[in-house]
Amino acid sequence: MNLHEYQGKHLFAKYGLPVSQGVACDTPKEAVEAVSEIGGDSWVVKAQVHAGGRGKAGGVKVVKSKEEIREFAEQWLGQRLVTYQTDANGQPVSKILVEALTDIDQELYLGAVVDRGSRRIVFMASTEGGVEIEKVAEETPEKILKAEIDPLVGAQPYQGRELAFKLGLEGKQIGQFAKIFVGLAKLFEDCDLALVEINPLVITKQGDLLCLDAKVGVDSNALYRQKKIHEMHDPSQEDSREAEAAKWELNYVALDGNIGCMVNGAGLAMGTMDIIKLSGGQPANFLDVGGGATKERVSEAFKIILSDDNVQAVLVNIFGGIVRCDMIAEGIIGAVKEVGVKVPVVVRLEGNNAEKGTQVLADSGLNIIAATSLSDAAQQVVKAAGGKS
Amino acid sequence: MSILINKDTKVICQGFTGAQGTFHSEQAIDYGTQMVGGVSPGKGGTEHLGLPVFNTVREAVEQTGADASVIYVPAPFCKDAIIEAADAGIQLIICITEGIPTIDMLYAKEYVDRKGVRMIGPNCPGVITPDESKIGIMPGHIHKKGRVGIVSRSGTLTYEAVKQTTDFGFGQSTCVGIGGDPIPGSNFIDILTLLQDDPGTEAIVMIGEIGGTAEEEAAAFIKDNVTKPVVAYIAGVTAPPGKRMGHAGAIISGGKGTADDKFAALEDAGVKTVRSLAEIGDALKAVTGW
Repeated sequence: MNLHEYQGKHLFAKYGLPVSQGVACDTPKEAVEAVSEIGGDSWVVKAQVHAGGRGKAGGVKVVKSKEEIREFAEQWLGQRLVTYQTDANGQPVSKILVEALTDIDQELYLGAVVDRGSRRIVFMASTEGGVEIEKVAEETPEKILKAEIDPLVGAQPYQGRELAFKLGLEGKQIGQFAKIFVGLAKLFEDCDLALVEINPLVITKQGDLLCLDAKVGVDSNALYRQKKIHEMHDPSQEDSREAEAAKWELNYVALDGNIGCMVNGAGLAMGTMDIIKLSGGQPANFLDVGGGATKERVSEAFKIILSDDNVQAVLVNIFGGIVRCDMIAEGIIGAVKEVGVKVPVVVRLEGNNAEKGTQVLADSGLNIIAATSLSDAAQQVVKAAGGKS
Repeated sequence: MSILINKDTKVICQGFTGAQGTFHSEQAIDYGTQMVGGVSPGKGGTEHLGLPVFNTVREAVEQTGADASVIYVPAPFCKDAIIEAADAGIQLIICITEGIPTIDMLYAKEYVDRKGVRMIGPNCPGVITPDESKIGIMPGHIHKKGRVGIVSRSGTLTYEAVKQTTDFGFGQSTCVGIGGDPIPGSNFIDILTLLQDDPGTEAIVMIGEIGGTAEEEAAAFIKDNVTKPVVAYIAGVTAPPGKRMGHAGAIISGGKGTADDKFAALEDAGVKTVRSLAEIGDALKAVTGW
């Protein structure tokens, strides 16, 4: 689960990290009034969406008058912001963050993730802060400094100082950086983060460090014990079909093709998409119905798949491990009848009671094509969807 | 021959009397796994599925001589369950549960490593040595005793590979689902090391997925250490990059981790790769001459 910048900065402030004074606003009126609270004569207004690249897309602006703030808020609130990290529809903007303007001398980068390779929380820091950091990592990986956190003792201030010296920081900045480093590591563990990023972490004209942005991703598996963070969840930033699927514990991701897929297991779901593509078709979605596929869930899965108007055929690929294929077959028949499926449905059942399941489908009298193998299923569904694209 | 488990492996189940523990222990007993008891705190002294129930893993180990434990307890309690098993002297922990917080696994993995205990999973189907021992949730009947070792990050994809090796008549020595979580107890290299050393394994099937760099690391390992023929499939060529949040994930892997990167690394290591999941059996036939 991802947080908005303003939510991330609230967490930062709690852990002693320096952030600008700011107010998150829902209306143009609130945005204008925020400046009286913040003071000063220049501000930054930032559209709050779950995506990077906002500045280049016009979602961040330096403003010098209340009129400019009103204009920005009116332009963006209720609209969608498209950046290079979003899809073509962009993300809805329902809050604007108004902040005091910072005089920037230098932009640094500081981030942390759980690194699968070293099985540690790993911090990354660089003098090359700003939007090009990904390019820096690819082209000049030596410019990314790293520090691993030992789970036994946690982050140590010396690790922060070491990074600070390597980044070329001086004087009071060394202590400031070490404090940010240790605070961020504590935040990461306390709040079950999956990812945190300060890009840029700036040195102000006054020579102080300040967290100018906050990207925070939280481990979804830990939300049961992170109730306050869970309350920050903003479902408007997610695809509505994906959110609906999640309610039924279905893992759904919308794609651009015309062949709907319903599969048990994430790996097999990806494998099924791959084989559709190899056979010349385009998958319309990724959908994992999970291990305990019941009739109700199969039915909901069909509804979600068919809510995409581009779908011209559906492939159901179930490898019955523990679940019985004949029960799945009955679930499919029930769903097809209940939902009123108008497009051809190709079904491949394998594993537990597969033959019985195939027989149940054949006897149903419905427009269901039973496939004999995975390759056969892929070819059949591509044909049913109107041939190779 | 086999790796990790065989007919002599004595297994206890943590979360024994719960729905998952009960169902899968029953299946395991039917399959012939040497289940010797289970643990459900507060239910010690009772009997379940004809086996003794203990309050603690330590008691269970003392009373039964168990050397392996399979964990079905709910995700919030798994860190505790794993550490309890390691402290009690269990040598092989197989954790089936999915949805464990990553931070919990950072600690649990570190702990079992320091104890010298092997862990498989979490979020995995488990381990099976056909006709000898089944520890996990895989369907026993699709397996056949034989000569292919299978290691996989995905449950249902493992079953596909199993079915094809069974249909071709090759059978399996041992199948290991290492699970898809960011912090697995054992990785590809750990299992490949065992399969390479196992005289009963004549060829290896490796099934990976996009994300992370475990497959690239496995490829480098295979190049230097594995002499047996290896067939590999990577799922997720068509998976979209997704809506990303920030760059840290991409930075840590230096832009690696796509299916194409993984295929390229494996091919460079002399591994026979297949783009279609349905071709694993054919590829094995081709590389082994069976």
